[in-house]
Amino acid sequence: SAHHRLARVDIYEKLPVPFGLVRFGVAPDHPEVKNVINTFTQTAHSDRCAYYGNVTIGKDVMVKELQRAYHAVVLSYGAEDNQILGIPGENLSTVYSARAFVGWYNGLPENRDLKPDLSSETAVVLGQGNVALDVARVLLSPLDILRTDITEGSLAAIACSKVKRVWLVGRRGPLQVAFTIKELREMINLPGTRPLLDPADFTGLGDVIKDVPRPRKRLTELMIKSALEKPGEKEAARWASATKEWGLKFQRSPLEVLPAADGKQARGIRMAVTRLEGSGESARAVPTGEVEELECRLILSSIGYRSLPLDSSIPFDPKLGIIPNSLGRVQGAPGLYCSGWVKRGPTGVIITTMNDSFDTAQSVLEDLQMGVLNLSNSKEGFKSVRSILHSRGVHPVTFSDWEKIDAAEVARGKLAGKPREKIVDPQEMLQLISH
Amino acid sequence: MHNRLEPVQTAAVKQGVPEPISLPSCCPCSAAALSKGEVCVGAELKALSAAGWYRSASASGNGGRAGTAPVFQWWQEVTGSDCVSPTTPLPASRVNVVFIDRSGHRIPVQGRVGEDVLHLAQRHDIELEGACEASLACSTCHVYVSQELLDKLPVPDEREEDMLDLAPQLQENSRLGCQIILTKELEGAEFTLPKITRNFYVDGHVPKPH
Repeated sequence: SAHHRLARVDIYEKLPVPFGLVRFGVAPDHPEVKNVINTFTQTAHSDRCAYYGNVTIGKDVMVKELQRAYHAVVLSYGAEDNQILGIPGENLSTVYSARAFVGWYNGLPENRDLKPDLSSETAVVLGQGNVALDVARVLLSPLDILRTDITEGSLAAIACSKVKRVWLVGRRGPLQVAFTIKELREMINLPGTRPLLDPADFTGLGDVIKDVPRPRKRLTELMIKSALEKPGEKEAARWASATKEWGLKFQRSPLEVLPAADGKQARGIRMAVTRLEGSGESARAVPTGEVEELECRLILSSIGYRSLPLDSSIPFDPKLGIIPNSLGRVQGAPGLYCSGWVKRGPTGVIITTMNDSFDTAQSVLEDLQMGVLNLSNSKEGFKSVRSILHSRGVHPVTFSDWEKIDAAEVARGKLAGKPREKIVDPQEMLQLISH
Repeated sequence: MHNRLEPVQTAAVKQGVPEPISLPSCCPCSAAALSKGEVCVGAELKALSAAGWYRSASASGNGGRAGTAPVFQWWQEVTGSDCVSPTTPLPASRVNVVFIDRSGHRIPVQGRVGEDVLHLAQRHDIELEGACEASLACSTCHVYVSQELLDKLPVPDEREEDMLDLAPQLQENSRLGCQIILTKELEGAEFTLPKITRNFYVDGHVPKPH
């Protein structure tokens, strides 16, 4: 809306509160990553921008109704679901998606009653991405590091946790890990913990990475160093006195979660030992026939997020989990656009998704300029949506309503020595703003 | 800005145990001084430190004369004073640089010694984002610098390198704008913004700083 002096942008969000993954996905001990909220807030304060929370598109108002009300509709609703393992036992009571676990400690309303079982010593995380590291770090961090905007309930549960050891298990090898170097470095340096890296996994790897791109090279070098080199004095002392540990297991593909005697909880996981075919990012894990079991009760599946179709009228590719599009223009639906994870799939860091959003905005602006969007029809915008919502008994939450909720969370946090105490019940949020 | 500066170990250190400096209350870094274009002393000292000057002094110790500490020699030259706490403001220390925006337009701007390149860009409406607000948690302020300039800048912190690893179109001459601190030595430097979308903005938008 900064490019087109007259454009107005209205933002619709399912939850009462804005910011999505910045509030609900970014780990509580990564507050700097949340600084982008300031940029978002500045945008929301523009008099050509409005925010409407507590509105579920596809239920409270349909996309076709939005298209009647607006010249352009951009879908950027992300990936609210997770990939499933597709193995027996994955629905046992002590197996959780990392997505739900992250939602739990970050105060996402739908995960507030997760009550994860933290009563055994060993936890297994399936996956080797940044979310897997986040989950391991939150399970093992000293409490004073965690004491930020993590929810009170989850902090209390973690304080009583018996978890001492977390394995991050990947189907492929060290050269295919999906986490990034900043997060790995943080894990290696996590106070009170020691890394368990099998030297056999890393021997000889130094030669293989000589010519790979810099990010993969530096990341692998850090793993090699931690696995093969003698630690410095300070590090050695920390590792010697560590009470908790974490490690990476490679070339293990989950086959079955094994039930405990009660038939409800997990007691372990059976995995296929794999070998790699091909190399680099496109290497494939192929079972060797060998099988291994790992004893554990808590299993967190961190194998990726997944988008869902919003509304039956929108094209959706269930295989790729994205809305079919060309440069952000939804195929076969003029005036409809998409951006972010629902456009390209659920991977990437801040800059990837930011650049992608700029790209979609580019397409919208081009279409405005080229007359592809028919501006001669004036559209009512929120005016018509408001009456639709009213007729359905839905009360949108404005940005200044959010600011009241924000102020309440910050005030409650102050009492507890935290930057905020998140409100996890949407009803409580709505009551606070007298809806 | 004028909080206690931390001592910096450089190759220039020859003597003494570093003591942090407290900038005193008569520091010229008042709002009035800044609005007249005068530079913050703290920023100057920070910039000189970034350029490899060792700073050390005990303000109360020897009246500000810290022997051979280069920064105070500079101070004495510029102000004609031995005092660590000058009462007259310094003239502004300007640095002229050029941004090359994502459409290839050359935009000359004037920065201040001690200012970082992200802040400079945003202050002049150049389209450089700083999502994490200079806390080394993103790579949105990614810029390219000339090889010549690369050689003049201090080696990037490991944490900057970690974030650069994630920048699209990473090149040998990539840096994060928020980590480049202007010094007089950077006079004439050029900062090129990577082309991050198909053809960035239709009419040359600029994100506003906050």
